[in-house]
Amino acid sequence: MPDASQRRVVITGMGCITPVGNDLDSAWKAILEGKSGAGPITLLDHSRFEVHFANEVKGFDPTVHMDAKEAKHTDRFVHFATGAAKMAFAASRLADRFHPDRAGVVFASGIGGIKSIEEQYERYKTKGPKRISPFTIPLLMINDAPGQLAIDFGFKGPNYATVSACSSSVHAIGLAFRHVQWGEADVMLAGGSEAGISVLGLGAFFNMGALSTRNDDPAGASRPFDRDRDGFVMGEGAGALILEELSHARARNAPILAEVLGYGFTDDAHHITAPDEGGEGAARAMRRAIADSGLVPEDIDYVNAHGTSTPLNDRTEAAALKSVFGPDLGRASVSSTKGHTGHLLGAAGAVEAIFTVMAIRDGQVPPTINFHTPDPECDLDVTPNRPRRKEIRRALSNNLGFGGHNASLCLARFEN
Amino acid sequence: MSMSREEIREKVIDITCDQLQVSREQVKEESAFVEDLGADSLDIAELVMEFEDEFDLEIPDNQHDILTIKAAVDYIAGKTGEK
Repeated sequence: MPDASQRRVVITGMGCITPVGNDLDSAWKAILEGKSGAGPITLLDHSRFEVHFANEVKGFDPTVHMDAKEAKHTDRFVHFATGAAKMAFAASRLADRFHPDRAGVVFASGIGGIKSIEEQYERYKTKGPKRISPFTIPLLMINDAPGQLAIDFGFKGPNYATVSACSSSVHAIGLAFRHVQWGEADVMLAGGSEAGISVLGLGAFFNMGALSTRNDDPAGASRPFDRDRDGFVMGEGAGALILEELSHARARNAPILAEVLGYGFTDDAHHITAPDEGGEGAARAMRRAIADSGLVPEDIDYVNAHGTSTPLNDRTEAAALKSVFGPDLGRASVSSTKGHTGHLLGAAGAVEAIFTVMAIRDGQVPPTINFHTPDPECDLDVTPNRPRRKEIRRALSNNLGFGGHNASLCLARFEN
Repeated sequence: MSMSREEIREKVIDITCDQLQVSREQVKEESAFVEDLGADSLDIAELVMEFEDEFDLEIPDNQHDILTIKAAVDYIAGKTGEK
């Protein structure tokens, strides 16, 4: 357990917009039912590309969450951030029961407003430099999300974005947790958002060899830890969590969903995009998260793995998991929810932390879907295809990013 | 291509409604972009850019007196009349 002298931090609200549902209840239902959100790309003309499918958010109208003028002057990734954050804020029932100086935002994105960059560059090319929108910088900047969210909620405390590719939002949640734990704030909104399904995003990830090309079976393409995995499927969306100091939450009789116990951040210092195949960096992140939480590996009941469905990531992460929890993983169940959602990049950590909290709440290990053939190079029990009932008291959520970033967050059932 | 003042006025109002996301009923000839229609400095910059684009003219950066629909219509009518 954490040092008694430290302030405890609980989660009192969550919201998400994902390829498998535009709110938390529908998304979690799809996760337990094993549904994939993948389908043909509608966001761009993909005829000249090699990949014709993605995990898009479907039927999303930003003006449900913001006025039309604000929607016009913000990128799709901020639309998702705003929607997820407003649902989290509403669920927390915080209303005006906080001091503005004691509430802040740490919100992540891996890429930011790439679609806006493309659009404005097109205007420059076709119409000249005087036609570049004066809104271009706020449209593209990753910190537009935390900046807009501060305005939306009147949170005047610590505020910034974290950027570490696919681990971006674990960094956001971890640092937001620390701000509350260290007494710099009583309430923090944390999370991440991504809307990178664009010509540059799709083309570049494909040219790196990172994407699945299973065009004839989009729903079966993202298959974490399966022997026949061939890359990740691009996803988009956002996840947002309200973190709150325990006595602050209790004083207003807030819904307490889970407790944040600690985190571990490391880097491979190996290669800018390829993981260190021994998994040593990822293992150190998990060990740090466990130690930061005052626990030992045997205390962990569930790990939501990064599990991207790329050959290299899953092999590396499997090695890391075995080195922390032992060859048979001991009591730790493992799964990756990217089979359903695809890879939400900078939003992955937030959405997966939310699913981890739901797993704790419901006593259900979410399944790794599309798992058909075990891979001798990552022979783990990854909770294939069907959820498993299990009491989960403490869990990790892992995310590993280009840049060699490894981040692991420890979440727990709230106990007095 | 020459437009009547009325046509220019209608087009200015259309562009303003679209850029500032205000309804047509809110916009009158004497409406001020900032005070009445909620524009900020970036909105004004983008609005001027759209006027330039739609009417195919240059509005110099020192035209700080284009503060209302009427001022915009007068300026554009004057410019397009010169052509």
